[in-house]
Formats: sequence, C-alpha cells, structure tokens
Amino acid sequence: MIAFAIKRFVQALGVMLVVALISFMMFRFVGDPVNQLVGVDTPPAERAALREALGLNDPVMLQFGRFVVKAAQFDFGISYQFKQPVASLIASRLPATLELSFVSALFALAVGVPMGVYTGLYRNTLLARGFLAVSLIGVSLPTFLIGILLIFAVSVNLGWLPSFGRGETVNLGGVWNTGLLTKSGLQSLILPSITLGLFQMTLIMRLVRGEMLEVLRTDYIKFARARGLSRRAINFGHALKNTLVPVITITGLQLGSIIAFAIITETVFQWPGMGLLFLQAVQNVDIPIMAAYLLLIAFLFVTINFIVDLLYVAVDPRIRIGGRTAG
Amino acid sequence: MTPALSVRNLRIEIPTRRGVLTAIDDLSFDIAPGEVLGMVGESGAGKSITGSAVIGLLEPPGRVAGGEIHLAGERIDHLPPERMRHIRGKRIGMIFQDPLTSLNPLYRIGDQLVETIMTHQRMTTAEARDKAQRLLEEVGIPAAKTRLSSYPHQFSGGMRQRVVIALALAADPELVIADEPTTALDVSVQAQIIALLKRLCAERGAAVMLITHDMGVIAETADRVCVLYAGRLAELGPVRDVVKHPQHPYTIGLMSAIPSLTGDPDEALAQIPGSMPRLGAIPAGCAFNPRCGYRFDPCTVERPPPYDAGAGEAACFLHAPAFARQAPAETLRQADAAGIQLSIPNGEAAR
Repeated sequence: MIAFAIKRFVQALGVMLVVALISFMMFRFVGDPVNQLVGVDTPPAERAALREALGLNDPVMLQFGRFVVKAAQFDFGISYQFKQPVASLIASRLPATLELSFVSALFALAVGVPMGVYTGLYRNTLLARGFLAVSLIGVSLPTFLIGILLIFAVSVNLGWLPSFGRGETVNLGGVWNTGLLTKSGLQSLILPSITLGLFQMTLIMRLVRGEMLEVLRTDYIKFARARGLSRRAINFGHALKNTLVPVITITGLQLGSIIAFAIITETVFQWPGMGLLFLQAVQNVDIPIMAAYLLLIAFLFVTINFIVDLLYVAVDPRIRIGGRTAG
Repeated sequence: MTPALSVRNLRIEIPTRRGVLTAIDDLSFDIAPGEVLGMVGESGAGKSITGSAVIGLLEPPGRVAGGEIHLAGERIDHLPPERMRHIRGKRIGMIFQDPLTSLNPLYRIGDQLVETIMTHQRMTTAEARDKAQRLLEEVGIPAAKTRLSSYPHQFSGGMRQRVVIALALAADPELVIADEPTTALDVSVQAQIIALLKRLCAERGAAVMLITHDMGVIAETADRVCVLYAGRLAELGPVRDVVKHPQHPYTIGLMSAIPSLTGDPDEALAQIPGSMPRLGAIPAGCAFNPRCGYRFDPCTVERPPPYDAGAGEAACFLHAPAFARQAPAETLRQADAAGIQLSIPNGEAAR
C-alpha cells in the first residue's frame, strides 16, 4: 500500500516537471520578457542590465532549474500588469474559486448519484424518463447560456437571488476569505454553483445509471436476490458500491475540470476568482500569472488523481497491492 | 407424503415484439423431500427458466402464464414479491453456474454469509459469524475462521463454488435449485462439488433440482430425471431406467450420442439429425416430430401428453395404445428393437 502510494507520488512529480517545462517555455514563446517589463523608450543599456538581473543570459537549463525551485516555493515572480507578486494575487483569488468548485461538485454528486440510481432502478417510469430528458438539456446547453438563463429567470424576473458577485465574506485566519458563513455569501453561491455543476451532475447521473443497469444484470446481483436479501440491501449495498469505482474516477477528473473551467461561470457571474484573474492576464499578456495558473491547475489535477487512486484501493479490494492470494 | 416441490401444468411465456413465445408449455413434475431430480435438455430447452420460475426470479418480460407451483403443499407462484423474498434463500436455495461471478467482489466472504444468515434468522452478529464459520467448515474450506475475512478473488473457482453452496444452504432450505453447478469448474473439481452438494442436501433432507446437460453428473447424482425438449416434457423417470432403457425417441437419441470409452474411435458419434426448433417456430403436434425416426400420422397433428412408459412417463404416441395401433408395422418393429416398451399387446406389435 505504501509502496503503491510512493510509486504514484513519483509519477505525479514527473507530470508536474513536464508541466513546469511547458509553462517555463511560455515566457520565451510570447516574446522577449524584457520588452513586456519596460517602456518603449528604455535605453539598451538599461535593458541589458535588466536582462542580466533577471538571469535571462544564463543557460536555459539553469533558468529552468531556477524556475522550478522558485515555483516549488510558491514564488512565481511579479505580475506585469499589477506589479504585485503573482503568488499573493492568486492566493487572494483562490478561496473564491475553490469554494465555488467544491460546492458545485457537491451539488453534482448529491443530486446526480440519487437521480442516477433512481433512473437505473426504475428505468421505465415516467419520472425516470423525465430525468433523462432534462439531463439531455444539461449536457447539451453551454455553460454560459445556462448561467444567463438562470440570471434572467431567478434574479431578474423573480428577484430571489443576487445575479453577480460573492456577497459578504468573512476572513478566516487572515488567509481565507469565505462566503460560506454569511447569508448573502451563500445566496450568491447558489446560481453559480448550479451553473457550474449542472453539466457534471447530468454526467454523473448518466454514468451512475449506466453502471447500475450493468451491475444489476450481473450474476452476483441475481445470486443476492436468490438469497432473499432485501431490495435495499441489494440496490444500495451490493449494486451501488460496485458502481463507485468509475464514478469516483469521473468525479475526480471532473473536479479538476470544474476548477479549471470555472472561468466561464466566473465571467458570467462576475465571481472574483482565479478564472477572472486568468482572463485578465490573457488579455494583457501577463505571462507570470498565466504560467502560475497553468502550474496550479496541473497541481490540482495531479493531487486529485493521486487521491482518486488511493480511493480506488479503499473501495475495491482487488486493486490492493500485496494482498493475500488465492489458496 | 407431500412433495417438497410440486409443479403442475406450468406455462411460461415471454412476450416479444414478434408475438408471445412459450418457453415452457404444460410442464408437470414433483420432487419428494430428500430427492434429487435431474433436469436435462439442450440449451434453450427451458431448464434454467423453470428453476427461475420456481424461485420467483423470472427475468421480465418472462412470466408464469399458467399452472401452479407448490412448495411443501403451499402454493407459491402467485405470492406478492415481499412474501416471495422471504421464501427465497430461507426455504429455496439457489446455486448458479459461475462461481467466479456469483459472489460480490467488494465484500468479504464472511460478511456475505452473515448478511444472508441474518436476513432469514433472528441472531446476533456474533452468532451469525459462528454459524458462517461452521458452514464454511461444512463445505470443506480449510482455516474457515481466517477465510471469513477473505475476499472472493482470493479463492480458487472450486473454493468459490463451495462458498456459494454455503451461502445457498445458509438458512437450511427445504429445496435447493442447482443451475449447472459444475459447468464452469475444472473437471477434477466437478466430482468433489457434486458429491459435496449431494451429501449436504441429504444430511439436511433437502430436495434438489439439479439442472445440467451433463448426463454423467445426472447418472451419478440424481434419483429421477426429467428430460425437456423445446420447453416440453419429453420423458420423466427413475435415473437408471431413463439412462439404460430410454422410452422417448429423443432420449434414445441423447443416450446414444454419449461418447463411450469402449467404442470404436474411428466411428462417428451418433447424432440426432437437425436441431431443436426455436421457440417461435415449434412445429405442430409433437415438437420433436421433424427429427424423429418413428414419426407417424398423429405426431404432426396432435401434441402427445405424457403416457406411462416403462418405469416412468414419456410424451410419445408410441406409448398410447389407441395411437400406437395406427403406426406402420416397420416403425413398430424398429421401436421395439430400440427398446421402446410398446403399450400394445405383443401379438399386435409383431403384426
């Protein structure tokens, strides 16, 4: 088990190094960094001094090494547009995005799994067909359209929920601004999380449904029925647990994409998160922010995958390494 | 004595887009307490579906469309699902073909046993665990106590089938339906599993419905045999008589098709010409008539009911005095030579 974890950890490190290389190269491909930093009328001597000070004359490998070491210490340099350390810019935006993403994922799971189980068990009922039809809308409508429709219906016409922003936030320990503790913060969270989580919810629902249909046909479910177990024990004990491995995989991967693609939802709802920061960075060719964002998202993906791998082992004994073998 | 299981005029239908298929048509048989009844037939003859109907687990859209099923005198084919669930596992145990897929891979053996025991008997978890351990010991699993906390994938195929048997017998059912219990197993393990199943059921006085297409298993294990063809009864009788002196032309064909160790290796194996009809295309009259060497007039028109034949019964007009007289002399001579005990007086048969 520990050997397995270490192996996965080393693999994760490898992935991070490759991503670091890509984001390092971004500085080169998008033009001379010095040009981004100084004005048009800066004399060549000053430019040369800056180039030397930034270490741009060193061998590429050395520069890359320096980039990696700094990145590992959360030092991503200074933003071109804000003239502030990138790390603190991201740290101030990160809580908003993470809260939005986790609430969306929670919404997708809490609604998607029961709906999937229901449509799998009672696939011919009217309600199940209704769920499936609605899920088609969730899969096919683009996120921004869902967001705008929700704003139009719930905020503009009904006036129930705020249409933009994060509401009031409470500062926790000086590092984390949370909107989860105030009424306006929670209210502001509802529409963006539904918008962001709807696609994942329908995906999870369809996945759980498919897996349930598959599992309910297996011999061990037939045998469980032949043993006279109760419907509850069969459906939720024996069947649902067997659908969990693919569901965990997809949820894990989707959590990564929820965070990465919160950009659109954040734009629609003017949510002060990383996505909005990233869009501004793209418009202003603010390479340090883009590079840091890329690294951060890769880090989140890798971490989530690592946790997912460990979760498999917890759910499915057959994946356990070094278990006792058949006798 | 009341039979442990009594099936009367069972009819199972499967509605499809192209009309209703009749998977089982007018099938009747009894199993006495402690008796082993073998069900044989080709794939699709209706062996497994009969087992599923008895335990109340017909796959929809299949349904019992007629007839009755009685368990120890109590009618069970029309019980509401929740009452039927209490009979499954408790009074009827079932063993499936493939032990590799019959056990839930995510749960320990002990938990699956305890769950089954506690569903049917009032016990504390500790008592149920003790019972689970005793069951594992009974089915011959060494180090039963430690094996309780093993997962199915840590067992070999034969060991898993032993666990499946333990699960099926967990609540001491009065009837055990074994659906091809050895087909998926290594030949060397098959005999052990069959012997184990037979011994445990005999100890408990449980009746067994043994579904298989392996005549060897039937000959060794069963007390009586029920031969099915295209969802209908062909022949039913004591195992020795059916194997040695089959009375239905189909059974005669089946028995002569069994390869023998002493036969000439260069000689082609005997076979019945043609193949079993699909359920949608069962011929009029006797379902076997297009392949039957003894066919005569009524066979293509009227369906033969089971007649007394030898020590058992066979659904063939050769055993009906009224019809057998109409058969051509040549057919009767051949039938007599094949060992069919004709129902008409000897003088007439030799006509």
